[in-house]
Amino acid sequence: MPRILGVDIPGEKRIDVSLRYVYGIGPSNAKVILQRANIDPSVRAKDLSEQQLSQIVHSIQEGKYVIEGDLRREIGMNLKRLQSIKCYRGIRHMRGLPVRGQRTSTNARTRKGPRKTVGVQRNPNAKTGIH
Amino acid sequence: MGRSIKKGPFVDPSLMEKIQKLNASNTKKPIKTWSRRSMITPAFVGHTFNVHNGKNFLPVFITENMVGHRLGEFALTRTFKKHGAHTAKAEAK
Repeated sequence: MPRILGVDIPGEKRIDVSLRYVYGIGPSNAKVILQRANIDPSVRAKDLSEQQLSQIVHSIQEGKYVIEGDLRREIGMNLKRLQSIKCYRGIRHMRGLPVRGQRTSTNARTRKGPRKTVGVQRNPNAKTGIH
Repeated sequence: MGRSIKKGPFVDPSLMEKIQKLNASNTKKPIKTWSRRSMITPAFVGHTFNVHNGKNFLPVFITENMVGHRLGEFALTRTFKKHGAHTAKAEAK
């Protein structure tokens, strides 16, 4: 398991794939990083030498990518800002409902999580005729 | 699609006029408006708007982080009536 910037990346996978285990680096970023470091993307991560690894790290840092903790913090701050100003998007985030105007009558299960059935509760005042 | 930067942020001209008048005289009193579509510009900061939500006018105090959003984002148009029976216990929440 080679380490890059404090993250373990899987050794058995191609380096362009295992780079994606770093939070904030996806397929296209991985490709650009390897190109800049002059490393063949089809090499397995465990076969890389120390020097090649440091080349990759160097190319990530030079590319000014926001990754890992910094990226997580940035996203968190964005959410916090939306929630603190009480705008519509912030409120949707607080309630765990879709933010971009999707329907919620059905679907929206990604945001809402597993179904929670609310049963019918009898109104205790029903018999007395008070509503 | 976003709005072209060339045009600048959209603010209803009538609303902008009111703000400029208030800013010039340095007074701060709530502005009643229906213009939910107006973007909040730095000139709005510190004012209170009564923004129409289709039924009522909700007071919105503008702070610095709100710049770039629209007035309508802060005056919700829907009320959620909860599910289940309205027992005293549920009402208390």
